[in-house]
Amino acid sequence: MLTIADQTFSSRLFTGTGKFSSAKEMESALIASASELVTVALKRVDLKGKDDDILHHLKYPHINLLPNTSGVRNAKEAVFAAQLAREALETNWIKLEIHPDPKYLMPDPIETLKATEELVKLGFVVLPYIHADPVLCKRLEDVGTAAVMPLGAPIGSNKGLRTIDFLEIIISQSRVPVIIDAGIGAPSDAAKAMEIGADAVLVNTAIAIAKDPTNMAIAFKMAVEAGRMAFESKLGAQTHYAAASSPLTAFLDEEF
Amino acid sequence: MKSFNEVFESHNWDDTKASIYDKTAADVERALRNTQRDLEDFKALISPAALPYLEDMAQISQRLTLDRFGRVIQMYIPLYLSNECNNICTYCGFSYDNKVRRRTLNPMEIMQEVAVIKGMGYDHVLLVTGEANQSVHTDYFKKVLDLISPHFAHISMEVQPLDVADYETLIPHGLNTVLVYQETYHQDDYRKHHPKGKKSNFLYRLETPDRLGQAGIHKMGLGVLIGLEDWRTDSFFTALHLSYLEKQYWQSKFSISFPRLRPFSGGLEPKVVMNDKELVQLICAYRLFNSEVELSISTRETVAFRNQVIKLGITAISAGSKTNPGGYEVEPQSLEQFEISDERSAQEIAAMIRKQGYEPIWKDWDMSLIQKSC
Repeated sequence: MLTIADQTFSSRLFTGTGKFSSAKEMESALIASASELVTVALKRVDLKGKDDDILHHLKYPHINLLPNTSGVRNAKEAVFAAQLAREALETNWIKLEIHPDPKYLMPDPIETLKATEELVKLGFVVLPYIHADPVLCKRLEDVGTAAVMPLGAPIGSNKGLRTIDFLEIIISQSRVPVIIDAGIGAPSDAAKAMEIGADAVLVNTAIAIAKDPTNMAIAFKMAVEAGRMAFESKLGAQTHYAAASSPLTAFLDEEF
Repeated sequence: MKSFNEVFESHNWDDTKASIYDKTAADVERALRNTQRDLEDFKALISPAALPYLEDMAQISQRLTLDRFGRVIQMYIPLYLSNECNNICTYCGFSYDNKVRRRTLNPMEIMQEVAVIKGMGYDHVLLVTGEANQSVHTDYFKKVLDLISPHFAHISMEVQPLDVADYETLIPHGLNTVLVYQETYHQDDYRKHHPKGKKSNFLYRLETPDRLGQAGIHKMGLGVLIGLEDWRTDSFFTALHLSYLEKQYWQSKFSISFPRLRPFSGGLEPKVVMNDKELVQLICAYRLFNSEVELSISTRETVAFRNQVIKLGITAISAGSKTNPGGYEVEPQSLEQFEISDERSAQEIAAMIRKQGYEPIWKDWDMSLIQKSC
C-alpha cells in the first residue's frame, strides 16, 4: 500500500481528466484504471455551477480528486488558485503546477518551491510537478512537500522515461513518495518507472488519446502492478559484461 | 525595446515569395521527414509543391494535434460591442465611408446580449469593436470587463491596437486574450487597403503583439486577412512573427486564425482566392510547423468545410455568431461586419463535434487565475 500524507492507496496508477473525447469515455477509462487519485484542472471545472460535467462523472467513493493549478504562472497565483480549489472541491490536496511557459509547459522550480512552502503552511497536502531535479526534490522535502512529481519527459510528449538517470537519483534519496508524472507514453514506460522504484505514476494523455481509452487504462493498470511486483521481488541486476572465464583474481586461490 | 520590425525589415516580400514558389517536392519531403520543422520547412509546406502531399500533411497534423490538445475543441463566440469606426478599410463593413447608422452598446444592452450568449452555453466570449477612440476606449473596455467578467470564464478582445499601459490596465480586469490581425504584411498593399484613420499606421499595428507581450498578456492571436495579397507569402510572415514572439515573450500563448475575405454590402472582391484545398494545406502547415499553437476557425467558413476540418488540426471554433452590435437580442438588423456562412446554432455545432468523437469544451480558463488589481 502506498501512503501519501494520511491517505493510503491500493492503486499506484494516478490519472488525469484532460483530452478525452467525452466525459463518459473519461469515466469509463478511469473506472477501468482502478485509479484512486484523479487530477482535475481547476480551470476546466465550473466552480459556480452545481452540476459540473467533469465532476459529475467522477462521483465514486474510491476516487479522490486532486485539483491542479494548471494555468498559473507564479507562486502568488498558485496559492490563490489552491485556496479556491480547496473551497470548491472540499479537499486540501493540491497538485501544484506552475508552468509559465505555455509551449512546453516546463515547471518553474523557483516559483514551485516558494508556493510549496506557503501552501504547506496553509495546511495543504502539496504534490508539486517538477523537473527531474534531485536537489529541488530535497529542497521541497525540507519545506514539507507530501510527495514529488518529477517528469519523465515533456508533458504530453509520450516519450517515456527520458530523465531516468535523474529519476533514479531522486528515488534513491527521497524521503517522500516519488510519483513520475508526464511523458509516460506506453504501459512499458509505466512498468519501467515502477521497476526502478517509483511509488506511483500519473498517466493522462496516453490513455485519453488512445483509440480505445478504456482498454488502454486496463493495460496501464496491469503494467503498473507488474512493475511494482517486479520491484518488490528484487530484480536481478543487469550486467554489461560477460563473466570472465579466467578471473583476474584466480591467482589468489592458487597455491604458491 | 526590441520589436518585430527589426526581424521584419530583414525580409523582402518579393524574394520571400519567390523562395516559396521555388520549393520542390524534395523540399516538401524533407519537411515531412523532419520532426522539428523550421521556417524553410514551413515555406515548403505552404508551397504549391506540397499540394500532392496533402494527405500526408493531414495525417501528421491530426496526430500532432491529438497529442497536444486531445480529442477536444474549444468553443467561443464573438460579442460585437460597437460598429463605430474612424478607419477606412476597403474590405470591412464597418469602414468609415460606409454610410450606415452606427451604434455602441450601453451596459444594459451588453447584458441583454450576454444573457443570450450564456443561454447558448458559452463561457468564452470574444469582444469585438471597430476603432472609435472618442467613445470606444480603454475606459469603456474596463467598464465592459467589470460588467461581464462575473459571467464568463474567459474573455478575449479584438479591438483597435492599444498601448502597453492600456493592456496593463485591462488585464487585471479580466482580459485573457487579445487578437490583432495584421491583415497583410505587404506594406504597399496595406496602405492601399487602409487609406484613412489610425489603422493606416502599418508599423504601429505590426508592433502591437510586442506591446501585448510586454504587458504580459496570457494569449495573443495573429493572422492575416486571406484574399488581400498572396496568402502564401502573408502566411510565411505570420509564421515568422509567431517564431519571433514565442522566443521574445515565452510566457504568452499564441493562436492563429486564417479568415478568408467574405462579402459584405458594397465590399471588395478578393485579389487572390484561396480554395478549400489550400486552406487545409495552410492549417496543416501551421500545425506541422508548430504543434503548440492554437488554430481557430470562424463562421466565415461553410458548413461542409467546418465539419471536415475539425479533425485536421483545428483547436477552437465559434458558432451561432452574429457580427453586428446587438445582433443577438438588442438590434438583430444592425450593420454586420461580414456575412457568416455557417448559421448553425452553438448546440448544433457541439453535436457535430461530439459526433466526430471530440468533446466541445466550453470552459478552459477561470477568472480566479487572473490576479485582480485591488
